[in-house]
Amino acid sequence: MSTRIFGSGIKRREDPRLITGEARYTDDIKLPGVLHMAVVRSPYAHANIVSIDSSAAEAMDGVVAVFTGEDVDLAGIPTAWLIPDSDLKTPEHPALAKGKVRYVGDGVAIVLADDRYTAQDAADVVDVEYEELPVVVDPEAAAQDGAPQLFDDVENNIAFRWVMGDKTASDGVFNTADVVVRDKIVQQRLLPTAMEPRSAMAQYNPATQELTLWCTSQNPHIHRFIISAVTGLNENKVRVIAPEVGGGFGSKIPCYPDEALVSWAAIKLGQPVKWTETRSENYQITIHGRDHIQYVEMAASRDGKLLGVRATVYAGMGGYLSTAAPGIPTILHGLLYVGPYMMDSVYCESIGVMTNATPTDAYRGAGRPEATFLLERMVDMVAKRIDMDPAELRRMNLIPAFEDGHEVATTLIYDSGDYPAAFEKALGIAGYDDFRREQAEARGDGRYLGIGITAYTEMCGLGPSQVAGAVGFQGGLWESATVRVTPTGKVQALIGASPHGQGSETTLAQIIGDELGFPVDDIEVIHGDTTETPMGWGTYGSRTTPVTGAALAKASQKLKEKARVLAAHLMEAAVEDIEYADGSFSVKGSPDQSQSIQDVALMAHLAWNMPEGMDPGFEESQFYDPPNFVYPFGTHIAIVEVDANTGDIELKRYIAVDDCGPQINPEIVAGQIHGGVVQGIAQALCEGVIYDDNGQLLTGTMMDYTMPRADMFPNFELGETVTPSPHHPIGVKGVGETGTIASTPTVYNAVLDALTPFGVEGIDMPMTSAKVWQAIQSAQS
Amino acid sequence: MQISVTVNGVVQERDVDPRTLLVHFLREELDLTGTKIGCDTSQCGACTVHLDGKALKSCTLLAAQADGANVTTIEGLAVDGEHHPMQTAFWENHGLQCGYCTPGMIMATTAFVKDNPGASEEAIRHNLEGNICRCTGYHNIVKAVKQVADAAAGGD
Amino acid sequence: MWPNKFDYQRAESVDQALELIGDEGKFLAGGHSLLPVMKLRLSAPEQLVDIGRIDSLRGISADGGLTIGATATHAEIAASGDVQSMCGALADACGGVGDQAVRNFGTIGGNIAHADPASDPPTVLVAAGASVNIQGSDGSRSVGAEEFFVDLFETALEDGELITSVSVPDLSGQKTAYAKFPHPASRYAIVGVAVALSMDGDTCTGASVAVGGATVKAVKCAGAEAALAGSSLDDAALNAAADMAKADIADWLAGDVAYPESYRQQMAGVYLKRAVKAAAG
Repeated sequence: MSTRIFGSGIKRREDPRLITGEARYTDDIKLPGVLHMAVVRSPYAHANIVSIDSSAAEAMDGVVAVFTGEDVDLAGIPTAWLIPDSDLKTPEHPALAKGKVRYVGDGVAIVLADDRYTAQDAADVVDVEYEELPVVVDPEAAAQDGAPQLFDDVENNIAFRWVMGDKTASDGVFNTADVVVRDKIVQQRLLPTAMEPRSAMAQYNPATQELTLWCTSQNPHIHRFIISAVTGLNENKVRVIAPEVGGGFGSKIPCYPDEALVSWAAIKLGQPVKWTETRSENYQITIHGRDHIQYVEMAASRDGKLLGVRATVYAGMGGYLSTAAPGIPTILHGLLYVGPYMMDSVYCESIGVMTNATPTDAYRGAGRPEATFLLERMVDMVAKRIDMDPAELRRMNLIPAFEDGHEVATTLIYDSGDYPAAFEKALGIAGYDDFRREQAEARGDGRYLGIGITAYTEMCGLGPSQVAGAVGFQGGLWESATVRVTPTGKVQALIGASPHGQGSETTLAQIIGDELGFPVDDIEVIHGDTTETPMGWGTYGSRTTPVTGAALAKASQKLKEKARVLAAHLMEAAVEDIEYADGSFSVKGSPDQSQSIQDVALMAHLAWNMPEGMDPGFEESQFYDPPNFVYPFGTHIAIVEVDANTGDIELKRYIAVDDCGPQINPEIVAGQIHGGVVQGIAQALCEGVIYDDNGQLLTGTMMDYTMPRADMFPNFELGETVTPSPHHPIGVKGVGETGTIASTPTVYNAVLDALTPFGVEGIDMPMTSAKVWQAIQSAQS
Repeated sequence: MQISVTVNGVVQERDVDPRTLLVHFLREELDLTGTKIGCDTSQCGACTVHLDGKALKSCTLLAAQADGANVTTIEGLAVDGEHHPMQTAFWENHGLQCGYCTPGMIMATTAFVKDNPGASEEAIRHNLEGNICRCTGYHNIVKAVKQVADAAAGGD
Repeated sequence: MWPNKFDYQRAESVDQALELIGDEGKFLAGGHSLLPVMKLRLSAPEQLVDIGRIDSLRGISADGGLTIGATATHAEIAASGDVQSMCGALADACGGVGDQAVRNFGTIGGNIAHADPASDPPTVLVAAGASVNIQGSDGSRSVGAEEFFVDLFETALEDGELITSVSVPDLSGQKTAYAKFPHPASRYAIVGVAVALSMDGDTCTGASVAVGGATVKAVKCAGAEAALAGSSLDDAALNAAADMAKADIADWLAGDVAYPESYRQQMAGVYLKRAVKAAAG
């Protein structure tokens, strides 16, 4: 009997080194003679630099050098998503500020010292004189006439204005619709908070002119590309290594000034240089997520047909345009405005605005949570307006099941979906009708229960590359992989992507094991080093399993074909008579004669007896450029209880039914959903950046920024449906972001449902107890 | 100043700057980098070790204060190469993803379960207030700890 | 982050500690209040005198009342049978400070010397009528908890003085409780209310109430106490006491952007009722 490793929730191959503390993250790596870098950062959100006096710092014992923006001859940190047709401006982002700082934390000078304590001490005494300038942190305010200007060449701070859809047609729909609902939605800034802070260490060999950069990266090949560009070193002389990486959630995609600065300093000083941010620094300088102010409307018929959605979005970009920033509130946002619904009219105007705040960029979900939230918010508002049950309204508008392509009004072609099946399954688990009865009874007792539902689909598994080019992404979106079998039948799978917690070493090994019959324990997935691995664009956008996985599946299939031919040759049989099962090739009708995949691999290496025209070796490489995105989907349901006396919210149940196609490792899939769901719920309930009017970050540590804790959550109730992607070699879709995309509106809508008796119409996220309580008071007065 | 700390059973004598935090002593002086740093404010718990058998956030103690004490880090938890049951439970239950919070999680929860065999799920969730994980949503961490707590209470 | 440079000395006795401490020095016990602010470089003492190994500052003794050594940890206090029986509210409050690892090493002396208004033990000490025992180079003195907490991060401690212990009266004849609304990030109190009730059957013959978290220091609430005393702790009395508590703290309110003063003040009323119900329950 064949037992498939595909679909089995095996233990992760990553874990032995992680549970014993033996894994080495960037800051764990030591080099002799390493210097530590500390960065002098602006305490002001907007100021001119008048003077910098580093003499006191330079005089300290253990300080090797201090450099300012005038000393550092690096090219600017580039923006790499140049969205077309949007009048995009890409203002210069120097690695250290020159003349002007634009957010609190903007780097002004660097100190190199023998140890990190001394480096920080010295940074503290670098005397910088500033001339303060007016500050603007609100993206809508920043785009108005008369607002403080961050850059001379970015008029009204507007970096881009991106439009999707036909305005005239959209206006027509809204002008004639029975019902139009509208709301202002604030997608608050979030701190990605990968538990491992960012770190970078560079070493330069002047004889070979080779630079090695260890850094916390989700995409070392992109880091190599950018570091090469900013330092001027040839790309083949730059080696970027992402060792163990402790989470990213998008925040380790961009190339930051810090990585460029350690590289520059290592070259300049001829000594290795290391920098590791503190959490306080991380909250100030590592990208933030979201930051939209959205004016959203939805049109519907009186009997509940959804007709269209339109929105004007002010998206805060912060003080500089980060690596992928322009693509997030545009391509990855507007294109999702139809969601899982039959809706023919979409229109989006997204305005990217420079503000005196930390740069924003991709954060788990990246544009799609912001789209899903506004859709689900609007759907609930329509339901309320026309007095229809929100589940019923969704049910009647869901796109019916399709197996191979469905084009929607945003021009996307969804690959496959059965939204009604996931929807009904989730409602069944929740016991929706029973809950409504329980809710009514509880209200009679002064208890306020609420339920929220989100039906979603999303686009992930980014590319295809042709689309990347069309939307201005300055890179490809394919992946490549090599499956290399050693003479003794052990497998090294080299991938260009760079997983950092997703369990891909296990999932991808399961794909190879399933295709070729090697035991999973004999398969090592190697990633993260640009010299060891083939080119790849990185791990983000829920793309590693679908894209790298496809490359590995196809490479494995090629190897299997080679093995079949070689096995036939060795057994002196016709190729068409060879049967394969569980890693073994046998001749039809004579089961005693067989060759294991390991035997074949050895013979391919020995090459003593090869078929005519077959090359030796047992290794295949594969590039894979997906023909389309993949579109996972599902329905999430939350049940909450609100304490009207305090505004405190208890999450009582959370149900997630997700469809990511066939699940390679269901335990890993579940883990992605658990984690994603918590991140999304945290946006609804507790996480949110607060700046004061001077651009000072008031949520600068974990004392003030509320990270979700274990006691906020019940055990999650997961369900699944399985709808394969028609265009994918093994049918799989991504699942890294679905939880985050679906859960924020689910919980938000549940809380508003609970507050229906009070007439509360809306609460800005995060829905802290103080805000909920205040909303109840305001609605009652 | 001169200090002597027994770490994972080995006496370590070093001359340290008095302001050296225990976590930096472990990571930089002893190269025991399994203990992590995830915040500045004693919230995240990534640096949790045992000091004289009790869970401690090693970022919130001077190495000087640990002079003469017995410290166990994640590297010292396994005995004779055998994983501690909590390590096994985290592995079996997929209680980790990126692994960065994991050493602190394991050190905090081993101390907790030792004092609270048979702890309820609610108690486990409450006790995890001192340890932050960004990846797992805590679901499988709770499962792992419950498995060990049940076993410690003589359950199956 | 990590602290600025400082000199470090370890004292073997209280006398030696008082001798060693300089003008710019601070005493270090568990370090769990002091080191966090030093790490953020919000505080940079030039000298730390470590009192963590002084035997006379340790332990909890019960003799007609509690004497809690300055370096008794929150965990020890929470677990102490004597504390649980003589002042259950204090055990509960100490059991809710920070998290388990913080409670294992954070000390009561360090906690009250830091005088964070959102910390839990001060509120109970004020309600319980505790006193703080202080040693200086000129001798010792005892200060009532209510007078000890002067303002935000400000106490009655003079430079060079050391807290040696805290005395808590035996309240085993009363019903005490501490009700806390924790800040979801820091786990400090958004509001914390401590009550100690003297009961005669169903009638409350006397009440002591203190509120922290919502205030710049733990505040004794005379109005709320009067509203409870003589009542049967019925809804009307609780509502009246809640309103009085809100008035009692009106001059001392503290808040931040996320949890403003007005909200904390209202929650003081809600948590007063919860504390009374928990105590009476």
